[in-house]
Amino acid sequence: MRLRLLIAAIVLLTGISLIACEREERGFRVQTPDTNRVNNKQLVDLQAGQPSKTPDTPNDYENNAQALADGKQLFQQMNCTGCHAHGGGSIGPALMDDKWIYGNRPEQIFSTIVEGRPNGMPSFRGKLPDYKVWQLAAYVRSLSGQAPSHAAPGRDDDLQVGKPENSQDKKKPQNSTASKSAEAPQ
Amino acid sequence: MPASEDGQWTMPAKNVQNTRFSGLNQINTSNVGQLKVAWTFSTGVDRGQEAAPIVVGDTMYVVSPYPNILYALDLKNNGAQKWKYDPHPQQASPGVACCDTVNRGAVFDNGKVFINTLDGNTCAVDAATGKELWKTKLGDINQGETITMAPLVVKGKVIVGNAGGEFGVRGWIAALDEDTGKVAWKAYSAGPDTDALIGPDFHPFYAMDQGKDLGVTSWPPDQWKLGGGTVWGWVSYDPDTDLLYYGTGNPGVWNPELRPGDNKWGSTIFARKPDTGAAVWAYQLNPHDLYDHDEVNENLVIDLPINGETRKVIIHPGRNGFMYVMDRTTGQVLSATSYVYETAAKGVDLQSGRLIPNKDKEPKTNQVVREICPASPGAKDWQPTAYSPQTGLVYIPHQNLCMDYEGVDANYIAGTPYVGANTKFYAGPGGNRGFFTAWDPIHNAPAWQIKENFPVWSGTVVTAGDVAFYGTMDGWFKAVNAKSGELLWQFKTGSGIIGQPVTYKGPDGKQYVAILSGIGGWPGALVSGDLDPDDDTAAGGWGAGLRDLKDATTKGGTLYVFSLP
Repeated sequence: MRLRLLIAAIVLLTGISLIACEREERGFRVQTPDTNRVNNKQLVDLQAGQPSKTPDTPNDYENNAQALADGKQLFQQMNCTGCHAHGGGSIGPALMDDKWIYGNRPEQIFSTIVEGRPNGMPSFRGKLPDYKVWQLAAYVRSLSGQAPSHAAPGRDDDLQVGKPENSQDKKKPQNSTASKSAEAPQ
Repeated sequence: MPASEDGQWTMPAKNVQNTRFSGLNQINTSNVGQLKVAWTFSTGVDRGQEAAPIVVGDTMYVVSPYPNILYALDLKNNGAQKWKYDPHPQQASPGVACCDTVNRGAVFDNGKVFINTLDGNTCAVDAATGKELWKTKLGDINQGETITMAPLVVKGKVIVGNAGGEFGVRGWIAALDEDTGKVAWKAYSAGPDTDALIGPDFHPFYAMDQGKDLGVTSWPPDQWKLGGGTVWGWVSYDPDTDLLYYGTGNPGVWNPELRPGDNKWGSTIFARKPDTGAAVWAYQLNPHDLYDHDEVNENLVIDLPINGETRKVIIHPGRNGFMYVMDRTTGQVLSATSYVYETAAKGVDLQSGRLIPNKDKEPKTNQVVREICPASPGAKDWQPTAYSPQTGLVYIPHQNLCMDYEGVDANYIAGTPYVGANTKFYAGPGGNRGFFTAWDPIHNAPAWQIKENFPVWSGTVVTAGDVAFYGTMDGWFKAVNAKSGELLWQFKTGSGIIGQPVTYKGPDGKQYVAILSGIGGWPGALVSGDLDPDDDTAAGGWGAGLRDLKDATTKGGTLYVFSLP
């Protein structure tokens, strides 16, 4: 009997450890994206003359559960929820759908938060250190399923308002702005 | 037709008493079924159309939602444009407008048309030429202030109040000289008595509203500076008592646990002298408001026979679900009767005047309280009622909603929302989210009631032809028999209706009925703002309550004018 239990326990633990392998690989140090590269990104698809190739600025925070959780907290603390609700939008547009007025790329979201946008999005320049803005930008993308589900938040601590971020269908961004970034030169 | 009826419609509420009763009877219960479109006009803006068109002589004036363009239309020529006036509001102002970028209408007086702009200006325009006469900046969007209400002109003063109760602003009402635009007086809702223009004339009826500087002492230290009590609804006036009547909005920050105390003067009805602004009485309907129950709803000035004597009253269909009949000379509550399903409060104590909240439904921080009825938009929100002296009934467009509510922490950052609550709304008992109710204010009971699938977010008008008009959020414009509620006629407009119907006599002597169609406002922002109802809290809680609205209507912004063939 004891042996059976032991075997069962071993099988169970092995199973758990195998599942665990699929979980987030959290780097202890996440490289904050280079904010200087934000300014090199154009907002729109159409460009006069030959399109120049500007590299994407990937945001490693999107793969990091802690950073996404921090971003989620900031989203509440900085009153983003007051305008964008929990992604469905309110005063401001929805962030959980496939429409992006000012671009869906991490560096475009970073710019939108810092600079503000003309039709009501306030500028948060000087209100947060850059790395926190990158955490917010990572969380914003998770609202439409752009962050990997193993890193995105899986539950709300508050009123249940819909699917959690890690269960969001990954929406295909439909941009009115530069969506397909040019290939990054290596 | 009563002698007093000149066939015009010079202010959104028809008259300073706010009755929205027209003495016209050419269109009546027997022929309203033949109404046809006479002409239409596009406002050029596809956000929520809450304005009332106004009619002066042979001209109609319509103000659009932000960017608040004022049009003058020629009634002798099927609404051809005479001129337009563009006040150029700040482009960022929609970012601090809580509930879509609505405007509730223009008002005419003494050769001038007055409008408010979303970015906090009041403008006076020459009614004949469209030339700007003056423009006075009253609000600051960087503090979260906007103006959405329609002004009221009384004794040469333009009465205006601010919006922004979701941004921690200080609410105020101001009077501007109609010739110069200079501010004659300004009264804040929260803060010291001097700021609230509370002085020797002030005699509130109930002990709870008496005392010095209650606008400071009923708050945690300094919280009154973010205290809300905005004035974004309706102002009425009684020439007999020479008093203005208006209600104030929710006290600042929704989450009530963050502001212990009665939070005066949020959710309060004030009576003030129009010449000086001096407060004469005040009555706080929702001390320590728990649910964003603004009490900015209209106060209808009428005289009613109550217990054998004629009383000078105001009728206030409360957002909190109670129909208040109050003595307008003293501020005494004569009756307060529930007119929707109510779990949030148990009644109003007529001795103390105090609302009796239901302890079980008090919001808590980080705890979800369920089945709170009525929900934050209340039993009735901004959508104005009408009163017919012929039927003696009050016609109320309103909603039937409950909610789940969770208080959360709130950070004040000027120019960003200051709310501290997660809410989701859903239909109350019966499943219909709206009602159109005819209320008997003497017997304190409904005479009849129509259930509507969606909240009835439009205003209404009632006429001497015994017809009442209202619109639905899926675009139907309806005429019902004012005595029975029987549906007599309906017309499907291009978009959901949240506007204010009006009726007037045209230059050709015919009676016309006009309504703006164009979904939006707080609930309709789901469509006008293209929000995502997969989030229950979208549009502040309407995501859950109106998940089907985007399938029922699309954006629009069109004026429809109807007449008999």
